[in-house]
Amino acid sequence: MLRTFVRRGISGIAVVMGVVTLMFFLIRIAPGDPALLLVGPTATQEQLAAQRQALGLDRPLPAQYAAWLGRFVRGDWGSSIATGRPVRTMISQAWPATVSLVGISLVLSYLIGIVVGAIQATRGGRLDTTLSIVTVTLFAVPGYWLGLMLVMVFTYWARALPSFGSAGFDADFLTGWDRVADRLRHLALPLATLTLIGIGGTARYVRGAMLDVRHAPHVSIARAKGLSPLHVTVRHVLRNALIPVLTLLGLSLPALFSGAVFIEAIFAWPGVGRIMVEAVGARDYPVIMAATAVSAALVVVGNLLAEALTAWADPRLRVAQPSAGTA
Amino acid sequence: MGKPSGRALLHDSRARFGITVLTLAVLFALLAPLVAADPSVQRDIVATRFLPPLSTDLHGAFHLLGTDRFGRDVWARLVFGARVSLGVGFLAVLLSVAIGLVVGAAAGFWQGRIGVMLLGLTDFALALPRVVLLLLLASLWQPSAALVIVVLGLTGWMTIARLVHGEVRSLAVRPFVESAVALGVNGPRVLVRHILPNALTPVIVASALGVGNAIMLEAGLSFLGLGVQPPTPSWGNLIASGRDTLVNAPWVATAPGVALVLVVMAATLLGDAVRDRLDPAGRR
Repeated sequence: MLRTFVRRGISGIAVVMGVVTLMFFLIRIAPGDPALLLVGPTATQEQLAAQRQALGLDRPLPAQYAAWLGRFVRGDWGSSIATGRPVRTMISQAWPATVSLVGISLVLSYLIGIVVGAIQATRGGRLDTTLSIVTVTLFAVPGYWLGLMLVMVFTYWARALPSFGSAGFDADFLTGWDRVADRLRHLALPLATLTLIGIGGTARYVRGAMLDVRHAPHVSIARAKGLSPLHVTVRHVLRNALIPVLTLLGLSLPALFSGAVFIEAIFAWPGVGRIMVEAVGARDYPVIMAATAVSAALVVVGNLLAEALTAWADPRLRVAQPSAGTA
Repeated sequence: MGKPSGRALLHDSRARFGITVLTLAVLFALLAPLVAADPSVQRDIVATRFLPPLSTDLHGAFHLLGTDRFGRDVWARLVFGARVSLGVGFLAVLLSVAIGLVVGAAAGFWQGRIGVMLLGLTDFALALPRVVLLLLLASLWQPSAALVIVVLGLTGWMTIARLVHGEVRSLAVRPFVESAVALGVNGPRVLVRHILPNALTPVIVASALGVGNAIMLEAGLSFLGLGVQPPTPSWGNLIASGRDTLVNAPWVATAPGVALVLVVMAATLLGDAVRDRLDPAGRR
């Protein structure tokens, strides 16, 4: 068991290293010169060359890569080309915002999605059809558009919720409950957007998984023993149906982080996604690299957690046996 | 594994909805010049800007979905944008399917070192944060529809490869394949003539779902200004252009969003219906 996780951990690190290596070379082969952006279009050739030398861009690619990798692994992530701020500071200030937004929405969308999917699979009939229409709609709605619609309704029409940033401009002067309330009001719209979309996918999946399990022999036996329908649903059907759902949780993390990039851009949420969008526009190499590495690492860690959860929920997987060819 | 006969599929309300919406969308996109005026022709801005849906401007032109801040007809932009959005989504998925088919089939058929290598590549690509990669690629090169197609295609082939790999592996040991091998048919021919045709149906389902996803991502990239560039209309940059006028002209952002949701829903539901038909053991 432990050995499996160590192995997965190592392959996770390999994935992160692979991602940053890929990014490093992609950025270098693409057109666009950060030195030119810094010195401006009116600079002389000498100024441009000096700036390139200062950034280390005049050295051969492999040498740049080796030097960069050495510093990166030691935790020296350099400073932003655009703003001059240390990248470590920017990222360490941003990632809690992303993790809290994605984390809370993950928990909420799975809780609500599982309940909705379970209700659909158990009740069937018209309720199932109605909820199916709702969930497939949520599944098909692009996050940025849903975000805009919520802003239109709750910010512009109802004037009830803010749609910019994670705290009000006067947040520093607020204390106690007012401060908490301010935070929650700012969290409401981005969180609702991300959660609503998540519910669609989860509910659809839970419904399918539960319908698959419903006719399994152990469920018929549980019914035959005279257990109450609720007990059978929760303990025998749902529990088994949740195993693929937990696997899905791991697989859906990259998508969730991707969604968060758009949501952060819409709501000016001060997270890693927003930093990335801004850095990409400014060709801010150090920031792009760090933000990419952090997103990849978050996804890898999330996958490991999901795998651990799956192993916890499914005793069969605890015997660390490599299964052959799962299609 | 029964083939999904068209008539049986029509008994499924999800399939009917999917086919109707997709057919209409494709028809409108193809016949755009017939059902709407060319949106790039600039008319009287002052007389026609910010007209609400179902209104007629001073020149007598009717605007089904209203007009935007430049007085352009939203319906016309939507229909011409459908050409771009549907086209990009469709071509991107075509590229994904092509790459996924080759990688998956090769990995499933030559299970030795090649297979392990290709599967490793697939798993690595699956672990990449797709939107991060999309953002990066789309921002490094000059944004254009062609770039979006390539980028979406290059980042979307992995699920197809996985599917094809699984199918090919299970088909490779079936008697009809073994008999083809025994008859002396060479490897690539066995793969192309005997195995792949039987592995295609789940790929078609996955592509239907993929088209919806690709259209959504194209819109996302265009929304961030990294995809199709205005004034060429695409549903994504239409939504983006309506973002600033949410207060006084909410229809500009609403209409393309609704169209997007309908098309993605249609692709998803049609995919669901075909999958359930193919897999008689499950669902219902």
